[in-house]
Amino acid sequence: MATQKTLAATGNVLVAEAMRQCAPDVMAAYPITPQTTIVEEFAKFVAQGRVHTEYVTVESEHSAMSACVGASAAGARVMTATSSQGLALMWEELHIASGMRLPIVMANANRALSAPINIHCDHSDVMGARDTGWIILFAETAQEAYDNTIMSVRIAEHPDVLLPVMTTLDGFITTHSIDRAQVMDDETVAAFVGDYHPDLALLDDTKPPVSHGNFAGLGGPYFEFKKAQRNAIDRSAAVIKSVGEEWSAICERPFGVIEGWGMEDAELAIVAIGSTAGNARHVARELRAQGVRVGVLKVRVFRPFPFAEIADALGGCKAVAVLDRSESFGAEGGPLFLEVRSALYDRAERPAIVDYIYGLGGADVKLELMRRVFSDLSDIADGAEVPGRLVYLGAR
Amino acid sequence: MSWDISKIDQWKAEDFPRGAAIPDAGNSRDYVTGGWRSERPERDDDKCTQCLLCWIFCPDSAINVADEKVTTFNYDHCKGCGVCATECPFDAITMVPEGCELKGEK
Ligand code: SF4
Ligand code: SF4
Repeated sequence: MATQKTLAATGNVLVAEAMRQCAPDVMAAYPITPQTTIVEEFAKFVAQGRVHTEYVTVESEHSAMSACVGASAAGARVMTATSSQGLALMWEELHIASGMRLPIVMANANRALSAPINIHCDHSDVMGARDTGWIILFAETAQEAYDNTIMSVRIAEHPDVLLPVMTTLDGFITTHSIDRAQVMDDETVAAFVGDYHPDLALLDDTKPPVSHGNFAGLGGPYFEFKKAQRNAIDRSAAVIKSVGEEWSAICERPFGVIEGWGMEDAELAIVAIGSTAGNARHVARELRAQGVRVGVLKVRVFRPFPFAEIADALGGCKAVAVLDRSESFGAEGGPLFLEVRSALYDRAERPAIVDYIYGLGGADVKLELMRRVFSDLSDIADGAEVPGRLVYLGAR
Repeated sequence: MSWDISKIDQWKAEDFPRGAAIPDAGNSRDYVTGGWRSERPERDDDKCTQCLLCWIFCPDSAINVADEKVTTFNYDHCKGCGVCATECPFDAITMVPEGCELKGEK
């Protein structure tokens, strides 16, 4: 019988709790703000004997992910956590983990990248890793960070997928704020994630020996391996949905790949990811009370990107604002905007669409800014010109 | 288990073992690496005393031996490193630039 208890805890504490409940065989991690309290909390669980994980302290994130790759190829269930510069330092191993099809689960505390030095929230780190072949989930709340972590294990290890999963939460806003959340009992989580039975493990003496990390160059099948990887992440879309439904049936919380508020009849909509979806919804509620047909579309799964779902959700709008908490310097817009606009391309009827870059380096996402975006959208719906390029929302 | 890769050139993306793993041992002989060679070793049977040092030293196990005697080089796998020629105490092995005709050894 599934039993949940209500806790007041930070996002990081809840991610660590979820990781403990999923009982990884190996964790290799290096501390970095604002992720540190995840691995710190987890190290405490190991020291207390509350989880039997080989905890590898390494000298950098480059080594952390390298150790994760080795342990996962050996056949272990592997987890880690990082942020910002740490994720950047893992860059080459991120591709190796996905290319070797290793189901590593990593939490990322979304944080700005240097320079200038800044430790606060934006999505520059994770968006920079969007083409590394990892499945990428965004949590809005501490609760969602907890749930996404548990679901990530099932998604990563699913035989149709076998890819690494990055489960992200917004630095400080979600990692460090104390929030109310429901935590499932250990047995239910253990039964939900199940045991991991790798079929190509280096350290499985009962099967023929396997080698990993092989060469496929110069006329070799590198191209075919990438095609297989693309097929796997495409297949993961259905797995993410079904795992979400399964977990939802147990914990009674919904997990759509996108989550709409007021989208059924919205004329003006904000598309957002992460914690900002809450700010947008707060303002949307105010405007709805005044009779304005506004909606908010939160994107929970960024890779694989839910193109069809987003196109369906936004198809009936008059004007849409995409909120990007990271830059893609020199591109037409931020990463989310590029994908959302591309999702709408095949539709006969397309809403006007504007990209807002906001909140870089933890710049405050005030409700006033959300009101301004809806007011811009309202003007556009009434015939005002669509800005010719992206808007830096709230920057001087 | 014997991993049959004889039709590998026709395999589709999903036929390859996931993540470029090799799900079997002892199949490096299937991978012909002799093409990397720029010089090949040739052995003078008159000088050779069959001490077998070349066979011991060859890092690619590319020296064929039968009845405790060196017979031929395995040119499918010999990478032309020249270790055998350097180690032969009787100067019985000469490195010959590739591009010349092979003398019947294969
Ligand atoms: S040249 Fe090198 S690889 Fe070739 S047979 Fe001699 S030792 Fe072996
Ligand atoms: S090392 Fe020289 S002498 Fe000895 S077996 Fe080889 S070729 Fe013959």
